[in-house]
Amino acid sequence: MPVERLVEKWTSSVNEVVIGASSSEGGKRSRVVKLGGQSAMPFLSEEGPIPNLPSIAMEVLDTQPKEWPDCLVEPFKDVINNPVKWAKKCQDEYKAEAICLRLLGAHPENKNTPIDETVNLVKELKSSVSLPLIIWGCGNNEKDNQLFPAISQALKGEKCLLGTATQDNYKILAATCLADGHNIIAESPLDINICKQLNILLLDMEMPNNRIVIFPSTGALGYGFEYSYSIMERTRLAALGGDKTMAYPMVAVVSNEVWKTKEAKASESEMPMWGKAAERAIMWESTTAIGFLLAGADLLIMYHPKAIELTRNYINQMTVSQSVSRSAGQLTG
Amino acid sequence: MLVIGERINGMFNAVRKAIETKDKKVIQDIAKKQVQAGAKMLDVNVGPAAADDVAAMQWLVETIQEVVDVPLAIDSAKPPVIKAGLKTCKKKPLINSTTGEMEKLTTLVGLAKEYNAGLLGLTMDEKGIPDSAQSRLEIGLRILAVAMEAGIPTDDIHLDPVFLPVKFGQAQIPIILQTIKDLKALSDPAPKTVCGLSNTSQGCLDRSIINRTILVMALAWGLDEAIADPLDKELMDAMITAELLLNKFIYCDSYLTAYRKAF
Repeated sequence: MPVERLVEKWTSSVNEVVIGASSSEGGKRSRVVKLGGQSAMPFLSEEGPIPNLPSIAMEVLDTQPKEWPDCLVEPFKDVINNPVKWAKKCQDEYKAEAICLRLLGAHPENKNTPIDETVNLVKELKSSVSLPLIIWGCGNNEKDNQLFPAISQALKGEKCLLGTATQDNYKILAATCLADGHNIIAESPLDINICKQLNILLLDMEMPNNRIVIFPSTGALGYGFEYSYSIMERTRLAALGGDKTMAYPMVAVVSNEVWKTKEAKASESEMPMWGKAAERAIMWESTTAIGFLLAGADLLIMYHPKAIELTRNYINQMTVSQSVSRSAGQLTG
Repeated sequence: MLVIGERINGMFNAVRKAIETKDKKVIQDIAKKQVQAGAKMLDVNVGPAAADDVAAMQWLVETIQEVVDVPLAIDSAKPPVIKAGLKTCKKKPLINSTTGEMEKLTTLVGLAKEYNAGLLGLTMDEKGIPDSAQSRLEIGLRILAVAMEAGIPTDDIHLDPVFLPVKFGQAQIPIILQTIKDLKALSDPAPKTVCGLSNTSQGCLDRSIINRTILVMALAWGLDEAIADPLDKELMDAMITAELLLNKFIYCDSYLTAYRKAF
């Protein structure tokens, strides 16, 4: 007897945000990354069109990382002290879709790298790497507000993704992104009401709908992941249900959230019962990433090439199985 | 909730004069203002004084559609006038309105079918407005049954429990509120529920606060749509706040602005 398939139909779609500008659009990027645009929950392409698959950006730090476990240093060991070479390796060898430069060293409590040094790094990155660029600030409001106008100007025309704007500190970054044609990351602290409020504040500054990406804050598997998951899912359900102020693509930071957890960092001698450290850590990153894909993330920021490969395989499998089940038509039982 | 703007009605002097003198600008301004204020559908009524009401309806619909693209509720007691409006509509219209009286009901169900229109049904009939929830429900069911038999989906039926002026039918108000909830349970998918909001305050001194309050109460009982004045900002704010408290959308500090941007 045929079983009726219950398929949700949505009235609205997520805004599409394009990161990167090719030469025809006045930039120098060899490709662009398109986020969002869908009228369906993750991978449920029967509900509505999903024009863009989720993208994965590889994260590069502006300063040599400390306390990274061996298995994470290994893929980058020859370039880890040089962010530009590191990014180039991600592009050429690991086939990254985009590069996310995190300005960790610029933080006053880290190396407090001078503004011009950071701007020079960004300029060098822009000319050495042809992938779309994401620049993630140090998180110190004062320093970020000094850095971003200069960085944004240096990247003008490249349609980068810059972040993050928060409810208490969004005006300078928003004005800068508007002036130089970049997209903006709107960060909220695991709070859907603040997430929505910040979107309104950005819209009030006349930030166009197709240039906002939501960062709802992310936690690794076992470390608050479920809070992020439920907020992302509610955000997406609201967007598909017609709330235009929530209809933006979402980014999940998997990289540093995962690799600071005990499960990713503990050595085999510390935790002999947990199996091989490298396998465990990579699984922790890819499993967290997949969780965020299911919550609705459109962009993942990740570290380990192997974890990225596993996550890409998952995306491909989910997409293939969808088209197979579509062509199979109605389920019969 | 869906607000159906009530301002294009020949009972208003400005509209009556504009119809008489074929002054498009007056009508188009009212149409645009209502849509900007949040109306998702506009009611169109030529009023009782129009000389040629069929031609007037056609002119009104054409005039409105030149400047806004929301669907229209064609409001008349006369089927030929309704037909003239339906014929001219570009977007799926709503017929406003039938009652449970069989002859009228059959005619208007026929028109709804012919023009793929929604149908607003008042829960009253040739005997007048019932004074019990039960009788209102019976008429609602009759309207649904005739419409369903003609192949009109139940969610294209908009049932109106007929709000009475508090001045003349105070005891009826709680019954009417209860009826909203019961009407929703008549079919699956449920019919839409709608009301002519300003009826409640007819003849009263403080109309605005009465309209606001009954709207909020009716929303809590499951009202989906209201024929109301979207230019009454406090009314719209009350509606948005009621929807917020009913968990229809996600809160943020600027939720009034957010709602107007979002929906």
